[in-house]
Amino acid sequence: MVEAKWIDIGPVEQLPALGARTLPVQGGQEIAIFRTATGSIHALANKCPHKDGPLSQGMVHDTSVTCPLHNWRISLLTGEALGEDKGCVPVIPVKVDAGRIYIERVAALAGVA
Amino acid sequence: MNAPVTIDDKQEHASPHERERLVVIGNGMAGCRAVEEILSRDADRYAITIFGAEPRVNYDRIMLSPVLAGDKSFEEIIINDQSWYDDNGIELVSGDAVIAIKREAREVVSASGRVTPYDRLLIATGSDPFIIPVPGHKLSGVITFRDLDDVDKMLTAAETGGHAVVIGGGLLGLEAAHGLSLRGMKVTVLHLMPTLMERQLDEAAGFLLRSELERRGQTIITQADTAEIMGDSHVTGVKLKDGTEIDADLVVMAVGIKPSVNLAKTAELEVERGIVVDDDMVTSDPAILAVGECVQHRGACYGLVAPLWEMCRALADFMTSDPSGYVGSVTATKLKVSGINLFSAGDFSGGDDTEDIVMRDASRGVYKRVVVKGDRLIGAVLYGDTADGSWYFDLLKRQEDISDIREALIFGQAFASGGATLDPDSAVAALSLDAEICGCNGVTKGQVVACIDGGANDLDSVRAGCKASASCGSCTGLVESLLSISLGEDYGGARTVTPMCQCTSFTHEDVRRNILEKELKSIPQVMQELHWTTPDGCASCRPALNYYLLCAWPTEHEEDPQSRFVNERMHANIQKDGTYSVVPRMWGGITTPNELRAIADAADKYEARLVKVTGGQRLDIFGIKKEDLPSIWADLNAAGMVSGHAYGKALRTVKTCVGSEWCRFGTQDSTGLGIKAEQMTWGSWMPHKFKIAVSGCPRNCAEASIKDLGIICVDSGYELSVGGNGGIHLRGTDFLCKAETEEAALEYIAAFVQLYREEARYLDRTAPWVERVGMDYIKGRIVEDEPGRKALQERFLFAQSVHQKDPWAERVAGAESHLHKHIAEIRPFAILEPA
Repeated sequence: MVEAKWIDIGPVEQLPALGARTLPVQGGQEIAIFRTATGSIHALANKCPHKDGPLSQGMVHDTSVTCPLHNWRISLLTGEALGEDKGCVPVIPVKVDAGRIYIERVAALAGVA
Repeated sequence: MNAPVTIDDKQEHASPHERERLVVIGNGMAGCRAVEEILSRDADRYAITIFGAEPRVNYDRIMLSPVLAGDKSFEEIIINDQSWYDDNGIELVSGDAVIAIKREAREVVSASGRVTPYDRLLIATGSDPFIIPVPGHKLSGVITFRDLDDVDKMLTAAETGGHAVVIGGGLLGLEAAHGLSLRGMKVTVLHLMPTLMERQLDEAAGFLLRSELERRGQTIITQADTAEIMGDSHVTGVKLKDGTEIDADLVVMAVGIKPSVNLAKTAELEVERGIVVDDDMVTSDPAILAVGECVQHRGACYGLVAPLWEMCRALADFMTSDPSGYVGSVTATKLKVSGINLFSAGDFSGGDDTEDIVMRDASRGVYKRVVVKGDRLIGAVLYGDTADGSWYFDLLKRQEDISDIREALIFGQAFASGGATLDPDSAVAALSLDAEICGCNGVTKGQVVACIDGGANDLDSVRAGCKASASCGSCTGLVESLLSISLGEDYGGARTVTPMCQCTSFTHEDVRRNILEKELKSIPQVMQELHWTTPDGCASCRPALNYYLLCAWPTEHEEDPQSRFVNERMHANIQKDGTYSVVPRMWGGITTPNELRAIADAADKYEARLVKVTGGQRLDIFGIKKEDLPSIWADLNAAGMVSGHAYGKALRTVKTCVGSEWCRFGTQDSTGLGIKAEQMTWGSWMPHKFKIAVSGCPRNCAEASIKDLGIICVDSGYELSVGGNGGIHLRGTDFLCKAETEEAALEYIAAFVQLYREEARYLDRTAPWVERVGMDYIKGRIVEDEPGRKALQERFLFAQSVHQKDPWAERVAGAESHLHKHIAEIRPFAILEPA
């Protein structure tokens, strides 16, 4: 049994390797779910700290994603901008269990009234 | 395995009835190892009963693969034979599974109805194979790979030959495939993920493994999603979700395992993914312990054997009153397939604060990657040469400070233990004169040095003089070291060419040349053969490689959507608010009332916030959501319009004026030629965006003189000029040639586009490319060399026969539909709606 702390958002196969998909939160901030080449799953708010670009549409390489708007590189692990750029986007804890992705409820719902 | 027992000890525990009763559920590796560990600490403390579901003694389950492959017999993999149970006074109840635990009464009930009381209960039920619940999964001939019965079934099936399909390209699946293949079956492996063994291997190593298995005659299909297992009573084949059907006389499901927790769950012990245990392997009931693949410790479940030994030690320490605590395991994997050397350990997912050290030796088929964090090694993947696997694993487990040997770490233990900090120059200086520097051309260090002594003072002159580094280029670093050693301060330094990106020392031109010469056909293959220093490239080289490959091998190239920039992946232009703009193609800038109506309807229906005429004479519909893209395309397709590729590194638009049909100054049918040019060229991928314009007279209303290719009509024909740009650096076109007929003009256009596609660097517009190579060169190839021009045109038209497809129609038909859908949606309180 998985505790109610986590929300099941579907099987891992729904995410292409080196790709991402979106998870809208009604009344809250849309989340981007990423998958790296090694299969690890990460979640960030789907908003670049620079100019709100949709990070889910960026290119994933190693453990970072390059924002599609202005090529800022954001760490999937810490949410921080890499290189010269400064800024940070919220990281939402996720885990994979028996082939399904779970997202932490409290963090996912942050900001929902 | 027994600790020496003194007479006194025996007397303390006088009769079995006074001992604590330990009941073990599970006669597998974990249960028996736990008992061995307990016996070795205190042989007389417990009266032990072991229940096993299989009707046989304890054997080494991980050696089932060698049994299948014929390398071992069952007798050779027995760990404990009957005499072990007898000698240690253990009661073995085999072939009678425990079906219930009564915690209140402290007893277990078996399938035969036998009730056995316990003081301590140890659950070691291991794991169950995961079965994909597709239609047909219960047919005869569909089996798993978990125990000796499964192996027997596979051996029986293999006697008659035929086709075997193994579902699952992980460790277990590949070992099953290898065994069946050796036993004479024709084997196909289906794997859901893009790379084999993706949990243990990175993309590069997975690619090498796949190539080797294919070379051995197995068929490997990745991204294969099984839809159905076909057959009436016995399996006849497997059908994939994409419609592919594969014949099968035997299907082995090896997609993974799940902790076997039903018994514990029914007894209401705390169970998440596995049975939750603390560091002493105690479950939520203090009288019940659990060990092995069925447990979940600190959030982790293990499916490998090494953690099991560590758990059993901690368990035995606790059960003999000397608790030590289990802290979790770092695991390493080796594939038991003869002739394939593969090792992986630790965490190789990388990260901001980690550094990858990659070494590739293409000629020996070796790939090594170690991941370093701070002064510690945290992960390693080795393919082809795994001799140092245990050394890396040891460094990793002991968390040893590797700062002193960091430079030499990737070369392995023998080298790193030499101790000296590695200066590449001194390592090269230490090489003997007959050491080979350039493998491609067989050039020794002595020959390179002689060439330098003979006057060569830079890389290019060495390449010209003795051919070292003149082929694949991977020895460039060595040659530069020799230049620097031999010339000292006279050496002008490494050449100033710019590599493609930080992942490689090769230039764009080097990479393209190698792709053709070595017939490299996939991104991982390029990275391996050209010694890429990162595991999966970066946002700069991946799109370039994808382009170079599709340009070199139009029919064989497999598109990699993850190596496309967002606009080309989504076939629309992303805007600053994350919505997209959509531009349908209008041939030569001509439209019709019907098309305009369809565009107006679409703008209304999808609530476009703006419709704008673009600089290239097209209509751009702004503010479309990614979820709506396939439907707006469907609507536009229905009105006969296709993608305008306004988002691509591709032909954008052909801008025209009305020409001789309407204009009183027009000299030729500029609109007609523009439409023909656009119909020939649309859909072609290029190094960067490409714009064409055709003006009907020298007044040049279509602004042809600032396009990548401009045509100005004159009374006697068509004047073609190239390399213009109206961007940041305004550049007028350079005159290329004059064509007398439309047909000749189209031939020049095709040839020029193909030369640009084949020779410009990715992300070069025509302007900087023309400036770099010079108009003389371009005229030489396009104007003066007629057979060359015709060959270029032919290659272009051939590539177009493959690439000229409307990507919108493909998406409307369902291709890549996941790109346009959310994975799920969270609605607070109502919670979840899967997409």
